[in-house]
Amino acid sequence: MMRFMLLFSRQGKLRLQKWYTATAERDKKKMVRELMQVVLARKPKMSSFLEWRDLKIVYKRYASLYFCCAVEEQDNELITLEVIHRFVELLDKYFGSVCELDIIFNFEKAYFILDEFLIGGEIQDTSKKSVLKAIEQADLLQEVHTHTHHREKK
Amino acid sequence: MPAVSKGDGMRGLAVFISDIRNCKSKEAEIKRINKELANIRSKFKGDKALDGYSKKKYVCKLLFIFLLGHDIDFGHMEAVNLLSSNKYTEKQIGYLFISVLVNSNSELIRLINNAIKNDLSSRNPTFMCLALHCIANVGSREMAEAFAGEIPRILVAGDTMDSVKQSAALCLLRLYKASPDLVLMGEWTSRVVHLLNDQHMGVVTAAISLITCLSSKNPDEFKTCVSLAVSRLSRIVSSASTDLQDYTYYFVPAPWLSCKLLRLLQCYPPPEDGAVKGRLVECLETILNKAQEPPKSKKVQHSNAKNAILFEAISLIIHYDSEPNLLVRACNQLGQFLQHRETNLRYLALESMCTLASSEFSHEAVKTHIETVINALKTERDVSVRQRAADLLYAMCDRSNAKQIVAEMLSYLETADYSIREEMVLKVAILAEKYAVDYSWYVDTILNLIRIAGDYVSEEVWYRVIQIVINRDDVQGYAAKTVFEALQAPACHENMVKVGGYILGEFGNLIAGDPRSSPLVQFNLLHSKFHLCSVPTRALLLSAYIKFINLFPETKATIQEVLRSDSQIRNSDVELQQRAVEYLKLSSIASTDVLATVLEEMPPFPERESSILAKLKKKKGPGAVSVELEDGKERGECVNFNPKPQRTSTPSPSADLLGLRSTAPASGATPSAGSLLVDVFSEAGPSATSAGVNDDGFLRFVCKNNGVLFENQLLQIGIKSEYRQNLGRMYLFYGNKTSVQFVSFNTTLNVQTKTVEPLVEGGAQVQQVINIECLTDFIDAPLLNIKFRYGGALQNISLKLPVTINKFFQPTEMAAADFFQRWKQLSQPQQEAQKIFKASHGMDTEVLKAKLLGLGTALLENVDPNPENYVCAGVIQTKAQQVGCLLRLEPNAQAQMYRLTLRSSKDTVSQRVCDLLAEQF
Repeated sequence: MMRFMLLFSRQGKLRLQKWYTATAERDKKKMVRELMQVVLARKPKMSSFLEWRDLKIVYKRYASLYFCCAVEEQDNELITLEVIHRFVELLDKYFGSVCELDIIFNFEKAYFILDEFLIGGEIQDTSKKSVLKAIEQADLLQEVHTHTHHREKK
Repeated sequence: MPAVSKGDGMRGLAVFISDIRNCKSKEAEIKRINKELANIRSKFKGDKALDGYSKKKYVCKLLFIFLLGHDIDFGHMEAVNLLSSNKYTEKQIGYLFISVLVNSNSELIRLINNAIKNDLSSRNPTFMCLALHCIANVGSREMAEAFAGEIPRILVAGDTMDSVKQSAALCLLRLYKASPDLVLMGEWTSRVVHLLNDQHMGVVTAAISLITCLSSKNPDEFKTCVSLAVSRLSRIVSSASTDLQDYTYYFVPAPWLSCKLLRLLQCYPPPEDGAVKGRLVECLETILNKAQEPPKSKKVQHSNAKNAILFEAISLIIHYDSEPNLLVRACNQLGQFLQHRETNLRYLALESMCTLASSEFSHEAVKTHIETVINALKTERDVSVRQRAADLLYAMCDRSNAKQIVAEMLSYLETADYSIREEMVLKVAILAEKYAVDYSWYVDTILNLIRIAGDYVSEEVWYRVIQIVINRDDVQGYAAKTVFEALQAPACHENMVKVGGYILGEFGNLIAGDPRSSPLVQFNLLHSKFHLCSVPTRALLLSAYIKFINLFPETKATIQEVLRSDSQIRNSDVELQQRAVEYLKLSSIASTDVLATVLEEMPPFPERESSILAKLKKKKGPGAVSVELEDGKERGECVNFNPKPQRTSTPSPSADLLGLRSTAPASGATPSAGSLLVDVFSEAGPSATSAGVNDDGFLRFVCKNNGVLFENQLLQIGIKSEYRQNLGRMYLFYGNKTSVQFVSFNTTLNVQTKTVEPLVEGGAQVQQVINIECLTDFIDAPLLNIKFRYGGALQNISLKLPVTINKFFQPTEMAAADFFQRWKQLSQPQQEAQKIFKASHGMDTEVLKAKLLGLGTALLENVDPNPENYVCAGVIQTKAQQVGCLLRLEPNAQAQMYRLTLRSSKDTVSQRVCDLLAEQF
């Protein structure tokens, strides 16, 4: 099971954090700081995996953003790497070639997409279509509501 | 501003985020945030009721501020209000806020649960999913109390939409993990297993995580999942890459589900049903075959997904540890990866090989890659890969390659990264001790270790070398000579001074004959380091000095002079001052006899587990031990076993070192400290050390029933047994000699299997009772196979259970005439077995008699005309038949030889008893 996922920039700015076990805020901050330092210090040709505390860290860099997952001892590193990739594909499909700014300005959307993909640190569905359908359905509802909302205002 | 803003962009939010991004300093950011917080607060407190949209916008802003790392102490109520909105986006933001910022305010929880309850019963699948996500995100006990009953119903209800099922499965998983006591098993559990057959791949993918977790906790209840999982896996593995449409990922059919299925199967032993097992082996072979096929795409996603399945399959093969073919194929596959250009694959191959090294089937195959692994240790640019290589070397080490591996690790240590040095030192120290054939090599290795990486040599390591030197007199002279030489170096590490001081203080006399290391030279050498050392080392040196006075009276004046100097006798450190004063006094008033008694050589340390391993375990916490009982190959139905576990407990042995301090950890169950060092060891235990079946104990039990069958540093196995007619009962006592709990303790037998208590506390003993019935005569003894994990290292011990045919003897008394009559009746050549052999012990009459009685026969006096000879008679009781048996033992004291003759009505019995008994004299 995935314990948490972090998205941060090369400059060490945290862009998204998702915790799948109850963790105190103070510990979260400490772990994020420590882990960002470790990952940012690594060179491009190095492996995408490392051991950190009692967890396995799987990370990958996409443009300016690092996607970093902490999984447990028995979890599969390579498939976790592809969990990251599938999440990036979902973001990409939703935002249309996603960039860091999309995630900054639409952070709530990024969280919604992640929730449709992973629950409690486990994969809910791996089909891109299913996940995006769930999101788009929501957007559709949203647009209808917005529409009526604006109409009401007029 | 973002290029895309889908749905209803909240303009106010976007502006605020832009503002924050434009802040030039941290102060400016805080100022802007405080302004916004004040604004939101006034809006929330204002008289004018806010519409849903504004509420949503402000709640979202608060969330953004929180995620930036600032504290938020209001807005919860507004978020909760949003939950009951019937507008999806408002509800969604409300749930997101609650998920991220839960507050244990009980009033709030009640309101939140209420809203969730409404959404769960709304029958609107999108609302239901939102509510389920929220429960899964929060996962608190309060939520489990409120919903643990409801969610299983949603999960298995016939009319639940697929998407809701998926969310419900994972939501339930989260609650089960957080509060297993609140999720009650019930009728739903059997239906959950059948979700593995669901048509919707998404449902299977989500459900399997739940099933895997439930299975690992309640294997029996869920064991039907094995055949379902195998058939699902088989369908996926054999499908073409396009069959599964959207569940095909870069030409790989359903990689996530495949991995999960393989993981689920690792909760169970290999399937018992032959057809299921055959199908599974076919799947595993197909996966291994596919690894050899050319890739269908050059994309890394393709190879990652494919290899993810491959590694998971290899994990399963290692887990089963029963298919030599597959194990060796797995090993070859990993061998290819060791030289792959992808760093990730090299990393994983090294990691996976570590576990493969501990299987007896593949240990040898892993060893063939030693040169590649050594090369990786030298040339990999990534420290985490080098670390894996070091782990693997450690795991593949055995007696045959220990010298090479230890040498390579030592040379790597000179340039190793600081982060892994201490752990490397421990590994080298453990291997050197474990595989030392001659202890001079061990001493050399440890002293090298101190020379190369003295700072990383912990107390345990140098304590241990002293323990070993003190306990082995064959190495003491060598050790004294070697430390003496090592101390000649102009700059030597303080740990070297400690070891040197201790060893010369004890054994300096062994090299004092050589004028180059005369007592005074030794003393001057030690004392030249004195002023550079810390207080504890100085204290140790002072003790060495007083020992010198005892060993070499000629050094007395010089040493007394030193002790008397102000820097000693008036030292500001109390300990040093006290030692100087007391030693000075002792040396001047005590007679040589008294001095010799007080300063006698240290007695040997009690044999016990290595202090280094103790250190490892102290950090590591419980290791796992499993014991397996296996019957002898041809024993068949000859002996039936019926084990009954019981347990008793004895206090843990202390583990003090050198008397310098007491380090006995009160409880072995120390939680893992989580340090890198510990993790590494959990990955790479030392290799399994199964050097065939251990026979030593077995033969000692032919003529006796009780005693210690086996003992090593970790485990002691004691035996008590009693036999009557063709029945016997054996009590096995598994004593945990360490201070750490062993878990997963289990035993299996051929027919009836019953597990032993799965936990053995540090210092405790588990008892197992085996009921034995001898059905017919037999040769091969049942094999007792003990596997356990110790400090992450898989240990493998095979022992023959000392159940021998003679245990079922009933003694028969008879007169001389009877004896000779029967002797003649058994005159066919195959009824007799004879051996002439040299005595390997003394030929003491009483001992011989005791042994013959221990054999179980009656010892007949005044039968043989030659009083030097022994004759015995007995009947072996088996269920099938009784076998009369006569014995004659003729010692020849002059030649130190025996002739042993056995006659019985069954040829196999004569031969077997003769063979067994011939080993006893």
